[in-house]
Amino acid sequence: MSATIAAGVITPPSIEYSQLCPMLLVFGLAVAGVLVEAFVPRQARRGIHLVLTLGGLAAAFVLTIVVASSKSLFRDHAAGHVAAMGAVAVDRPTLFIQGTILVLAFVSVLLIAESSHDVSSFAAQAAAIPGSAEEREGLLAGITHTEVYPLTMFAVGGMLLFPAANDLLTMFVALEVLSLPLYLLCGLARRRRLLSQEAAMKYFLLGAFSSAFFLFGIALLYGFAGSVRLSAIAAAASSDTGSTTLLLAGLALVGLGLLFKIGAVPFHGWKPDVYQGAPTPVTALMASCTVVSAFGALLRVFYVAFGQLTWDWRPAMWTIAILTMVAGALIAITQTDVKRLLAYSSIAHAGFILTGVIAATAAGLSASLFYLAAYGFTTIGAFAVVTLVRDPAGEAAHLSQWAGLGKRSPLVAGVFAFFLLAFAGIPLTSGFTGKFAVFQAAVAGGAVPLVIVGVLSSAIAAFFYVRVIVLMFFSDPAPDAPSVVTPSVFTSAAVVLGVVATVVLGVVPQPLLGLASHAASQLFVR
Amino acid sequence: MSLYVPILVLAALSAVFAVFSIVMGSLAGPKRWNRAKLSAYECGIQPTPQPLGGGRFPIKYYLTAMLFIVFDIEIIFLYPWAVAFDRLGMFGLVEMVLFIVTVLVAFAYVWRRGGLEWD
Repeated sequence: MSATIAAGVITPPSIEYSQLCPMLLVFGLAVAGVLVEAFVPRQARRGIHLVLTLGGLAAAFVLTIVVASSKSLFRDHAAGHVAAMGAVAVDRPTLFIQGTILVLAFVSVLLIAESSHDVSSFAAQAAAIPGSAEEREGLLAGITHTEVYPLTMFAVGGMLLFPAANDLLTMFVALEVLSLPLYLLCGLARRRRLLSQEAAMKYFLLGAFSSAFFLFGIALLYGFAGSVRLSAIAAAASSDTGSTTLLLAGLALVGLGLLFKIGAVPFHGWKPDVYQGAPTPVTALMASCTVVSAFGALLRVFYVAFGQLTWDWRPAMWTIAILTMVAGALIAITQTDVKRLLAYSSIAHAGFILTGVIAATAAGLSASLFYLAAYGFTTIGAFAVVTLVRDPAGEAAHLSQWAGLGKRSPLVAGVFAFFLLAFAGIPLTSGFTGKFAVFQAAVAGGAVPLVIVGVLSSAIAAFFYVRVIVLMFFSDPAPDAPSVVTPSVFTSAAVVLGVVATVVLGVVPQPLLGLASHAASQLFVR
Repeated sequence: MSLYVPILVLAALSAVFAVFSIVMGSLAGPKRWNRAKLSAYECGIQPTPQPLGGGRFPIKYYLTAMLFIVFDIEIIFLYPWAVAFDRLGMFGLVEMVLFIVTVLVAFAYVWRRGGLEWD
């Protein structure tokens, strides 16, 4: 036996470094960030991290465009290329999703980088017990955790790989690479540290459960198809051999793992707690980039591996989409915390995007891609505004504290009202264009009842968005009303980018819609 | 849709069973509280109350064990590579150097942050 192994010829695998360079760059800079943490003196770290992180994300975005416009990749009308021995797919929808993630991550890092002393969101020393003398010393010394930058880069690297993974094992590794740094980041809040640590613990435990389900699903699908490649699973499913029970159970469990990351009802339990407890810039990162990445992976798995099983998964996905839209909108009405409100709003939006996923057509894919990009900008902007409204204890998250904000800070309240209107889907905002696109694709796919539920729950959602606007502009401020801090250039840039993207994608959506439909025209590479 | 009937029946049965067990348990069971029954854990370290600024226990062994596992994993990859070194050639060498450098970065961080100091 050993002789045959010794005599055998090993062909080294081929890796298309040029096509994978955006991901490799992000991972490489994350490792470099760890070295900065180890060897650079404390005062110099933040500046170097900012250059590495922001510059790296921008460079990775440029590289993504270079890859997307390379002629050799899409020669002879090819849908794309399966790189790294079948592990990573490089095709147009993936590149669109990766570009979206990189831009949204850039804006989120602007929020993370905010560090004027009373606005920084991260703990001085996460290891210090809340309320201890050690914690006070750290705060007085003015130190902050600069580890957040390499952690963010690792998470973004995982997010880039997650929707590109062409086999389920690579997808699982990417899922863990994106999740583990996020678990840590959730626990690093500077204020309300117990709430933050509770959020990190809940997210970790529930995330570990969902990873276990996902992994079990992979095992069942491997048992069915004899391969973890998405295209091999699709081929085995269409050739009608093997046990259908294994296939359907595997589909359900893998779907469960993905729907958990998206936060679809009934797998949404973690979302309000985690969004509330995590430092707000990290919440912005999760609400935009993680959702985009998880939807990218969901789209690939359901379009490529389970594309022929549409009749099997559609009823279940219909149910989940309806539950997600209705429950997200209904529970949001009862919320009294701004971050929890935005979390339930994010759940409802996941339901709207699911209607585009269910269409299982190129139109559904392009509508989902557009919605994800548009929603990402608006949600980062909304969370950026949340970081600005503060009282002595930190962010003023309770809605009653937001009463009368419009009378004292009309600009900030006006910007937040604009984001809420975009969430509600008022025309001339990106929210309207996105909703119109997904509902149009769903109607074309024959899902009229789903669209009716979607429109009705949009109306319910509009009620509580408008209620917040009324609260801000038409009630009198409380005596202990919070103040609005003047943001540094970082937060201002994030808010401005959010407003500009929301307006532009609402008034002239055609360029991005065209790009999305071009990206979706040939679906995913197999 | 008939495919889904068994699943719905199963879901209904499990819901009925869960509700029945909890309700009957609280209605019919005897209630004799004591301190041990009210605590969160049956064994291990008392979770509360923690003295402020203290109440910690050392995790030195845990840290050492973690670092050992990282070395262990590294060795698992190094041995087969060493055996097949000639046939893997340049590609294997480059990939292995990348792997070891990445692991070394983690150790550099641990070392600089005092993770290797026992006290």
